Amino acid sequence: MSASTGSRGTGVAGQPGWFGEFGGQFVPETLIPALDELTEAWADARGDPGFHRTLEDSLAHYVGRPTPLYRARRLGADLGLGLWLKREDLCHTGAHKINNTVGQALLARRMHKARIIAETGAGQHGVATATACALLDFECAVYMGEEDMRRQALNVERMELLGAEVIPVSSGSRTLKDATSEAIRDWVTNVDTTHYIIGSVVGPAPYPGLVRDLQRVIGDETVRQLAEGDTRPDAIFACVGGGSNAIGIFTPFIEHNRALGATGTAGRRDARARETGGSDQASGRVKAGGSDQAGGSDQAGRVELVGVEAAGHGLDTGRHSASLTAGEPGVLHGNYSFLLQDDDGQVIPAHSVSAGLDYPGVGPEHAWLKETGQVRYESVTDGEAIAAFQDLCRLEGLIPALESAHALAGLRREAGRWAGRNVVICLSGRGDKDVEEVARLLDRGGS
Amino acid sequence: MNVPGGTAVPAARAGSRIRAAFEDREADAAFIPFLSSGFPRPADTPRLLERLAADGADIIELGIPFSDPLADGPTIQAASWRALEQGVTVESTLDQLAEISGELPPVVVFSYLNPILRMGVERFLARAEAAGAAGLLVTDLPVGSHPELERRLAGGALDLIPLAAPTTPRARLETILGHASGFLYYISRLGVTGARKALDASLEDQVRGLRKTVRLPVAVGFGISTPEQAAAVAGMADGVVVGSALIAALGRGETAFGELSAALSAAVRREA
Repeated sequence: MSASTGSRGTGVAGQPGWFGEFGGQFVPETLIPALDELTEAWADARGDPGFHRTLEDSLAHYVGRPTPLYRARRLGADLGLGLWLKREDLCHTGAHKINNTVGQALLARRMHKARIIAETGAGQHGVATATACALLDFECAVYMGEEDMRRQALNVERMELLGAEVIPVSSGSRTLKDATSEAIRDWVTNVDTTHYIIGSVVGPAPYPGLVRDLQRVIGDETVRQLAEGDTRPDAIFACVGGGSNAIGIFTPFIEHNRALGATGTAGRRDARARETGGSDQASGRVKAGGSDQAGGSDQAGRVELVGVEAAGHGLDTGRHSASLTAGEPGVLHGNYSFLLQDDDGQVIPAHSVSAGLDYPGVGPEHAWLKETGQVRYESVTDGEAIAAFQDLCRLEGLIPALESAHALAGLRREAGRWAGRNVVICLSGRGDKDVEEVARLLDRGGS
Repeated sequence: MNVPGGTAVPAARAGSRIRAAFEDREADAAFIPFLSSGFPRPADTPRLLERLAADGADIIELGIPFSDPLADGPTIQAASWRALEQGVTVESTLDQLAEISGELPPVVVFSYLNPILRMGVERFLARAEAAGAAGLLVTDLPVGSHPELERRLAGGALDLIPLAAPTTPRARLETILGHASGFLYYISRLGVTGARKALDASLEDQVRGLRKTVRLPVAVGFGISTPEQAAAVAGMADGVVVGSALIAALGRGETAFGELSAALSAAVRREA
């Protein structure tokens, strides 16, 4: 399947920076040369063994990779399935975000930039950026919504200790969306000296592809570790805000599924039409007659991929962050993807108990993976996520980030479907940062 | 991108009203004020447009509010937010424009892409044309970012105004000019919209360089806030755009807005 098979021609599908009809570079003119420069620099670095050696060395000895693939026996027994956790919470700084920031900071050094800026929601990307900047000697400014600064006060302290300037954003909903807009405005102003490290697979091209390339180490390690344990996975679950940990763990499995010529059982009408119109099914390697209810795993060797969005207070309340599940296509922060918006094309503020998922857009590659049925997207509420957070604490002695708890909750909701099978969850971060907020919410709930 | 419809080729324009506006003012630079639709109150917009026309605006940029205005500084962000809180939309803005009976100079609709996509490109174009708009400037649709969409937006009667910035390399400038109609909007400095104390020292060289190679009129905007700065830019460019300073004045009251608009208009005519 290629990006150019889209039935709704755009004139650009199949070109770099596009995922079917999604993606693009919808930014003020001032930034176009900087995006061109970044595209070239990344193409150049990708092809440079020296760059890879430096990056791999940093990932191994500084970040702490490979992270373990841990068999969670107690929680697995509780759910009635074989459960593995990809322990991104054990990365230095406590989340997968640092895979991206170390890579981009090394890239910024190649580009001779002196200053780095970032946006942050939960503060994990901000901390990971501040860390990489301390390591590689960059001036660093991090934009953070005032509401998030309240929710994630500890991470604000961490960034400042690491030498970064944390700039409060008081416009709009005072969360990640507004911090991202403000970071882009800074970049437009200081583009000559400054590199913008975006924290997820969002933003204008080349960012969605660049961040995916830097995060796919999660999935590449998972493939290797599963093979070492002779384990065949049936499903992978990951939380999706912007979607970087999900793309990171999914990418090698997407490639695996594509190589099988598998069709997504979650695919929408047009995705099926594309598949039948294409040649992928001609390979004959896909077992016919699989039941959709079985999650597609009865297609030989296919791994079902499930992205879990934040349903906040519930999809019907309008207070959620489920862009793929409940949004419509539109343009925000430089790309065309699914978006929470009203009938006039104004962006609706997102809500999630998890600051890191509290974003009304989503990476354009996810939009395409959804439309082509390669990944199934579900959503769980704040309450379900907090319950799953408590499960992991009590059954495994692991305090997960509230973001990652959404992936756990997504699995719990359909655990029956995976009974006796093997499931991997991307545990994208640890939850120390969330302890206070969870305690506050549990207190309020009277439990 | 799912934007249904055909792929129209730009129609040959018998004569662009925007080009005519520049040609009519051969001796002077054109005064191009920006007004944020629906600010401070939706009902004010038609009267303010007429006021700018009376003050001698040669072209008016009419900004459609957007929830996430990436290219705008605090003044226009706040004005947009205020307008959105009062329910201002693309449709309500175009409706108001259509209802103005008095003579207005050519109006350039200034918008971010998403509200146009949401409305539907063909529907937007039809409504904007019917409302009497002469041009369209889409802040986050740089030339070449979506050729089919650009063709369709340029295929109607509206001039699609391109932007160029100090970062724009020569080769890209030529690409941009290949798609341009109306005038070239030159961003005077790196950054978002908003008043600045001083103009960029190299602006004059940049603009003179541009005018040697660009056949379209060149209007300069971003950060021009005082009559003195407007006069200085009028001495080098074909047009002077003032936005945030006028919106900030409007925030202080219509009297302040009128005084600044009249002073800017006079300064542009006087030149430095």
